[in-house]
Amino acid sequence: MPGITREEVAHLARLARLELTSEELDHFAGQLDDIINAVARVADVATEDVPPTSHPLPLTNVMRPDEVRPSLTAEQALSGAPAQEQQRFKVPQILGEE
Amino acid sequence: MTVIDLVSYEDALASYDPVMGLEVHVELGTQTKMFCGCATTLGAEPNTQTCPTCLGLPGALPVVNATAVESAVRIGLALNCEIAEWCRFARKNYFYPDMPKNFQTSQYDEPIAFNGHLDVQLEDGEVFRVGIERAHMEEDTGKSTHIGGATGRIHGASHSLLDYNRAGIPLIEIVTKPITGAGARAPEIARAYVAELRELIRALGVSEARMEMGQMRCDVNLSLRPHGREAFGTRSETKNVNSLRSVERAVRFEVKRHAAVLGDGGVIVQETRHFHEENGTTTSGRVKEEAEDYRYFPEPDLVPVAPEKEWVERLRAGLPELPLVRRTRLREEWGVSAHEMQSALNAGAVELIVATVDAGADQAAARKWWMGELARRANELGVEPAALPITPAQVARVAALVAEGALNDKLARQVIEGVLAGEGAPDEVVEKRGLRIVSDEGALGRAVDEAIAANAAVADKIRGGKTAAAGALVGAVMKATRGQADAARARQLILERLGVTE
Repeated sequence: MPGITREEVAHLARLARLELTSEELDHFAGQLDDIINAVARVADVATEDVPPTSHPLPLTNVMRPDEVRPSLTAEQALSGAPAQEQQRFKVPQILGEE
Repeated sequence: MTVIDLVSYEDALASYDPVMGLEVHVELGTQTKMFCGCATTLGAEPNTQTCPTCLGLPGALPVVNATAVESAVRIGLALNCEIAEWCRFARKNYFYPDMPKNFQTSQYDEPIAFNGHLDVQLEDGEVFRVGIERAHMEEDTGKSTHIGGATGRIHGASHSLLDYNRAGIPLIEIVTKPITGAGARAPEIARAYVAELRELIRALGVSEARMEMGQMRCDVNLSLRPHGREAFGTRSETKNVNSLRSVERAVRFEVKRHAAVLGDGGVIVQETRHFHEENGTTTSGRVKEEAEDYRYFPEPDLVPVAPEKEWVERLRAGLPELPLVRRTRLREEWGVSAHEMQSALNAGAVELIVATVDAGADQAAARKWWMGELARRANELGVEPAALPITPAQVARVAALVAEGALNDKLARQVIEGVLAGEGAPDEVVEKRGLRIVSDEGALGRAVDEAIAANAAVADKIRGGKTAAAGALVGAVMKATRGQADAARARQLILERLGVTE
């Protein structure tokens, strides 16, 4: 049942804002299909009494008290920004012209 | 943009049955963010409340805010929800610069609270039960400023600026079940639901839930189906409807718009829409091509939240009296109608009245001042009555001065004016402005004598038995004492002086 189609890879690439050529789509679709099929074999051993897991640690309720910790300064926060203006992160146009 | 001829609301309702779904986001009033220790202070300088975690820098690890989880559970309990015994966070992936991580940490198929209800009361006292699908924990996004376009809109902007102080502030998203059977009252029910939810959030003390500050925001989903049809129609989702009045108007507008499109043989496009405060209309936002493709997956950096039963039960036992129950009790105690209570609620005055009564005032007096003079002043200033610079204890003191006869209503209004103007506590204002009722018999007697002397013709009529004419002399006395006389006592003195009895 598993497997991934070329169309699905193209869709994911679009969602991930990756521009893939036609050759790359073929290439990645094949690779991802192999990977998914390999991982799918887990389903063969996971029987009904094995609960799904998203975490390897047997921990729950790891929390911190609602106490303020020092933040970065604005200069520090912005130090990795490619562009800034008015002490804010500057980003390119979000929507294209309509 | 195409302009459609709207169908009248009545015509729309004659053919269709509205179905609503309301999604409300509440920003919690915690000291720190959902997953890091950054402060949440409003109005801080841009990007001064961020850290590697809320900026999504590599290697940073989130840790859940315990108070936020407790608030979420309390909200769930107050909404009569079941509380998950075990639930996880999930990543909601999307590319938009308001989240530096490129995902929002939210909950997907394992909300912390689910399957509850909230009873809401309409203006005429009718109670309508709104089903709650779920309440889940997530985080707020950063604030964008769009530069270069007209009036700060994203359309036509050349670039945008991001302040991430708000990114990561805890949010609780509360989603209703489809609200059916509302009929023509759908807009009213939507408004009453959001209003009741706001009261509930405030009563729990988990947020101030001030819609004008963005601490509570509502998305309105609406669809129509022909009467008698079971299946729901296609819905539109109107985003960021941020006042109670707007919630009501947005529902009403969408009912009319849907009916117009459907009546014309058209189809409703599943899309998000923007609400326009200035004229109460909505316009198309982005079309949802496919079911939101957010590729949710369990958040690997956070361990599950598993509220212990005993803890949940302790929180349940510690819930305050819920707002509707409280208002119903107060209505009985005060002997007022559902409509009057609704007015007090709409004016934001219920808790102020209660506090004033607690400070010793008679409930009728407390209601009179908060619903009259003070509501009017708050309205003039465009603030909630609670924001007026007068405390319930001060209002109670004014009421006490009236009750003991030291002030009449006119003087009391001047005292309140003085308090609001920052002249001090009621007694100080009375002192400074010299507002005490003139009950000093000497001064009052002189004013009465002068009034009689200056109005001989009227005095003669009264001597002749027309006691009703005494009102004119009382008026003269009040005028001479600039309203500070005890009118009833002045009348007594006038009649005594003129040798008549009633």
